[in-house]
Amino acid sequence: MSARLILRAVGPGVTLQDAGRRGSLRFGVTPAGPMDARAFAAANLAAGAALGAAAIEVSLGGLELTAEGETIGLAIAGGEFDIRLDGAPLPFACALSLEPGARLTIRAGRSGAWCYVAIAGRIDLPPTLGSLATHTRSFMGGLEGRGLRAGDVLPLADIISPPRELLALEAPWLAASEEPIRAVLGPQADYFSQEAIGEFLSARWRVGQRSDRMAYRLEGGRLAHAKGHDIVSDGVALGAIQVPGDGAPLVLMADRQPTGGYPKIANVIGADIGRLAQRRPGEAFSFSTVSIEQAVAARRALGEAIGAGVRLRAVGGEISTELLLSANLIGGVADAYRPLDKE
Amino acid sequence: MRTTAPRCLDAGEAALVVEFGDSVDPAISAEVLALDAALRAAPLAGIVETVPTYRSLMIHYDPLALTRAALVAHVEALERAAQESAAPSVRWIIPCCYAPPHGEDLAAAGEALSLSPERIAELHSGADFRAYMYGFAPGWCYLGGLPSALAVPRRASPRGPTPRGAVLIGGGLSLIGADPMPTGWYVLGRTPERLFAPERDPSFFVEVGDALRFEPIDEATFRALEEKGARGEMIARRETTR
Repeated sequence: MSARLILRAVGPGVTLQDAGRRGSLRFGVTPAGPMDARAFAAANLAAGAALGAAAIEVSLGGLELTAEGETIGLAIAGGEFDIRLDGAPLPFACALSLEPGARLTIRAGRSGAWCYVAIAGRIDLPPTLGSLATHTRSFMGGLEGRGLRAGDVLPLADIISPPRELLALEAPWLAASEEPIRAVLGPQADYFSQEAIGEFLSARWRVGQRSDRMAYRLEGGRLAHAKGHDIVSDGVALGAIQVPGDGAPLVLMADRQPTGGYPKIANVIGADIGRLAQRRPGEAFSFSTVSIEQAVAARRALGEAIGAGVRLRAVGGEISTELLLSANLIGGVADAYRPLDKE
Repeated sequence: MRTTAPRCLDAGEAALVVEFGDSVDPAISAEVLALDAALRAAPLAGIVETVPTYRSLMIHYDPLALTRAALVAHVEALERAAQESAAPSVRWIIPCCYAPPHGEDLAAAGEALSLSPERIAELHSGADFRAYMYGFAPGWCYLGGLPSALAVPRRASPRGPTPRGAVLIGGGLSLIGADPMPTGWYVLGRTPERLFAPERDPSFFVEVGDALRFEPIDEATFRALEEKGARGEMIARRETTR
């Protein structure tokens, strides 16, 4: 029997994501891709998969799965979720072997909003416009363009050998941090008064309940426009902080439309978008502004950290295994929005 | 001829907005499309992709491979060399059925514009359009060139989901829809052509900047062409304009 994963229980908002769908933004196609590209990269590195390979993005709704056909190697990284193998707790970031019959359970844990289950192999589904990334609003990618649900079967190919033992995954860039989320002002900061920009930087913001893969709605302040809130549509980048007429900002995330018609006061930097994505509804944070040069330096530092690979350590054992996987990492790793070439 | 240079605005460290104006205007759109065409003709390593809109071009780039300064210098050099406007070289003839049951909102648009449904169809199918941008959803293509007599404001509240391939007007523009979506625009008719067909190669064929005209067809022709389209064939006709 061919190798496959059987999804036994699936919460809302669980999807398949790869590095994202690029090259068709100009035709109105949403890039999609992982909410937290750092965790997505860590999971794929630990699984020994291609860096941009499709993985399961698990929401706070959780996931339960089993393997059929063969023992499958998996790696999990992201927020501090509650991970169990046949009821026994595992480290929240780990690499493991899932034998046929064993049940892996992932539930919302202490912190974090998303985690990734990467596969030591490849999910064998047909891509749409070159990508398996799911965008449910345009019915694209994944399984039939929809979120995953109980009973779904993911066929696997190119299986590589699973780890012989349970390994804890360590990656310095996954450490939680209370530092402000960094943003670059613009492109329409001139649509706001100095007072509004001051409030943007001083407010304690919370992620609103109605947040999803398209946008994180922020609560905790109202930003007044100086020049009206209706602009002629222009391009929208990942992390754009747009302010509609009611003054409550939205941060545009992986499932954003490529264009939009509200003024954008600032843009979250690439290195911090995954940190913001891991904030749960109700959790507070603040913004700080940085220059383009600082944003590029942070992006480079994250890319280099990911390029140095992840460390896998036998749980409870003496043996230390290090997996350092560095493909061509120039620039692209911190950018989930550019599919990486498999080398 | 432009009197002021475009503004380069940052949308984070990995996207640059080259802004030519703040309104929907054929002259501004022509400048956006000319820069987009020039960038595609002279690609620079580190540019990931470009997104033309009515009034600006968003350039997504990898700042670790291409500095902002080098990108801006490249854009400025292209700007100096660019033609006043790049005229479209391709025109698409898109069949459109304005007849019942497809012209769902012809009567409502006619009321808003004080025109008969027949006159609206006649004006719309007689106009020369240009693809300004895609947006909203895959394959939703916004068209400039709507005759001023058809410039109707968007509805106060949205109508229900559009039929597949809806041809719409609103806010001084025309629009071809792909998959059904609720909208504040008016449905004048339907095209059996699909501007986005994921299984077809190419999945999209109308490029931003291309010229378009609509060709009125009756309901029987619509059905026949729709079957042809379902077999994966292209329905629109391509003409070269130079």
